[in-house]
Amino acid sequence: MTRGPTLFNRISVFLGLGFLYAPIVLLVVYSFNASRLVTVWGGFSTKWYAALLKDQQMLDAIWITVRLGLISATAATVLGTLAAVALVRSGRFRGRTLFTGMLQAPLVLPEVILGLSLLLLFVAMGLQRGFWTVAVSHATMTLCYATVVIQARLVSFDRALEEAAQDLGCPPIRAFFLVTLPGIAPAVAAAWMLAFTLSLDDLVIASFTAGPGSTTLPMRIYSQVRLGVNPEINAVSTLLIAIVTLGVGIATLVQRRPKGVPRG
Amino acid sequence: MNDPARPRLNIGAIRESFAPWADPNAAPLVRFEGVYKQFGDETAVKGVSFDIYEGEFFALLGPSGCGKTTLMRMLAGFEAPDAGRVSLGGQDLAGQPPHRRPVNMMFQSYALFPHLSVEQNIGFGLSQQGLPRAEIRARVEETLALVKLEGLGRRRPHQLSGGQRQRVALARAIAPRPKMLLLDEPLAALDKKLREETQFELMRLQQTLGMTFLIVTHDQEEAMVVADRIAVMSAGEIAQIGRPAEIYETPNSRYVADFIGDVNLFEGRVTGADGTKVRLGSNDCPAGLEALEDDHLAMGSPVWLAVRPEKLKLHLDPPGETANRLSGKVVDYGYLGDWTTYVVELASGRTVRAAVANVSRLVERPIGYGDPVWLTFAPDGAVVLTR
Ligand SMILES: Nc1ncnc2c1ncn2[C@@H]1O[C@H](COP(=O)(O)OP(=O)(O)OP(=O)(O)O)[C@@H](O)[C@H]1O
Ligand SMILES: [Mg+2]
Repeated sequence: MTRGPTLFNRISVFLGLGFLYAPIVLLVVYSFNASRLVTVWGGFSTKWYAALLKDQQMLDAIWITVRLGLISATAATVLGTLAAVALVRSGRFRGRTLFTGMLQAPLVLPEVILGLSLLLLFVAMGLQRGFWTVAVSHATMTLCYATVVIQARLVSFDRALEEAAQDLGCPPIRAFFLVTLPGIAPAVAAAWMLAFTLSLDDLVIASFTAGPGSTTLPMRIYSQVRLGVNPEINAVSTLLIAIVTLGVGIATLVQRRPKGVPRG
Repeated sequence: MNDPARPRLNIGAIRESFAPWADPNAAPLVRFEGVYKQFGDETAVKGVSFDIYEGEFFALLGPSGCGKTTLMRMLAGFEAPDAGRVSLGGQDLAGQPPHRRPVNMMFQSYALFPHLSVEQNIGFGLSQQGLPRAEIRARVEETLALVKLEGLGRRRPHQLSGGQRQRVALARAIAPRPKMLLLDEPLAALDKKLREETQFELMRLQQTLGMTFLIVTHDQEEAMVVADRIAVMSAGEIAQIGRPAEIYETPNSRYVADFIGDVNLFEGRVTGADGTKVRLGSNDCPAGLEALEDDHLAMGSPVWLAVRPEKLKLHLDPPGETANRLSGKVVDYGYLGDWTTYVVELASGRTVRAAVANVSRLVERPIGYGDPVWLTFAPDGAVVLTR
């Protein structure tokens, strides 16, 4: 038994976290910088946030990104739930291994490849690139994450509960909604949050599949940074960080089981 | 013994006259006909046929893995037989999904819905029938009272003790008033005292509701206490069906004799049979063994004699030279309070268990290790087994 962390542990944790979070802290701090110069502290100010509110292009980008996140996360969660149920509940069916592999491939596939192939698909289909092509691409990208999260919960979900519902006169589909879904709801919510945040901070795939009028926030930030960093970018990035942190935080909270509720 | 023993006697007396299986005109409620079930390359159920009658308390008894749960799940609709028929009220159940079958199951794991309150759990089956809310409420209250859980309706399952959860599971299964209740090892998770009490609760409930109960258990005492009839299973087959006393007193095979209670088995060969009695020659008893048996067994055929420990009489002084007289010495004994079990080693090397009721508190000649003793039994206390 060890009592608390040793000095070495403390130092390594401190260094590791420092390495991870120093740039982010710096970015957040400088978003409140009164000076126009990014690297010189000129006192506290929220004027860049005010400027942001007047920057219509930036506001458009934020709105597009949030809508994309809402739509693609919802689509990915619904499809991911169906896929997870198919994988966990239907036992062995022909092509099950292939189906599993294909669902999980995008997890390890380089984003550039995924973006490129989606682009080729849209071009081949003659689709006008725009908001909906990005939405579909994001749903595709986040579907596998959603499936993996929901599948993990469904595997440990007691099958006898569904059987008990059916035994008491409940048809299978209604039993899914009345018993299974409440049981896996935390995982479904977490999957949605994960999909939402993934969509929110995606740059690569959106760059491939977006068209005129569907520039997302990460795309806007990236293109502005190439012209030089200004504190307004720091402000909008801080907002993005806040939203993502909130999303991940909520996902963690809902996945944590309320005290006393047994597994299963 | 203590209080719960009383209803047992009453119910036992009432149930003596209940024997629809003996009536050739009675139609069974449930009929299994030549049912087979295969899992991969393992056959879990091998051609099982039996009937269960309306109002019966029927027990499936057997060791772990013998196919009890599988049989029950076929009745509930969660498994389909590979061959044979399962019918309810004369109708073949094949193709009927679980939610259309008028039987309810109490799961071994209870399978209570964790996100619903006790009331909602119990009302689940009723609301599936589309009953009006007021009626559901009334029936839930009534069922709560029936299983003595008044006042706990608003709790969640995880706020209950194991025994209370067990009763919620029971209440949930009986609330929709199914034609038949299936109980898969309903008492396995309870401690001994609670289990005994609950056995009487189950019997009382079955009588009050007039419902047919099918219970699966591997506890032979439990089956003996609650059931009208017991089917003893062995590796996917039914070894014997009968009233508890029939199975105990007249087992049809060494397997059943050994599975139900303690038994001493003596191996021998037929040396004489006259249609009422059979005589055996055996290494265990030089004077020969004798038992009641109306079958004419072939001379010289190998048979076994099953004698329950309590049918053996223990003597400290040699009794007269008769049949069924064994001699040996005590190698072990266990004091159980009401009984003492003596393990006696015969000259042949076989050990025999004899149970002696402790009728008196004073013992004038205590029996100890190595003491020479004699055992006898009446010819009607032994059962002749041919397999
Ligand atoms: N779904 C299944 N898939 C594969 N094999 C199974 C399945 N269900 C049961 N079996 C096998 O069938 C046999 C009978 O199982 P069953 O559950 O009916 O036994 P049981 O008599 O209820 O045992 P226990 O007292 O341990 O509950 C076992 O050998 C078991 O391994
Ligand atoms: Mg079982």
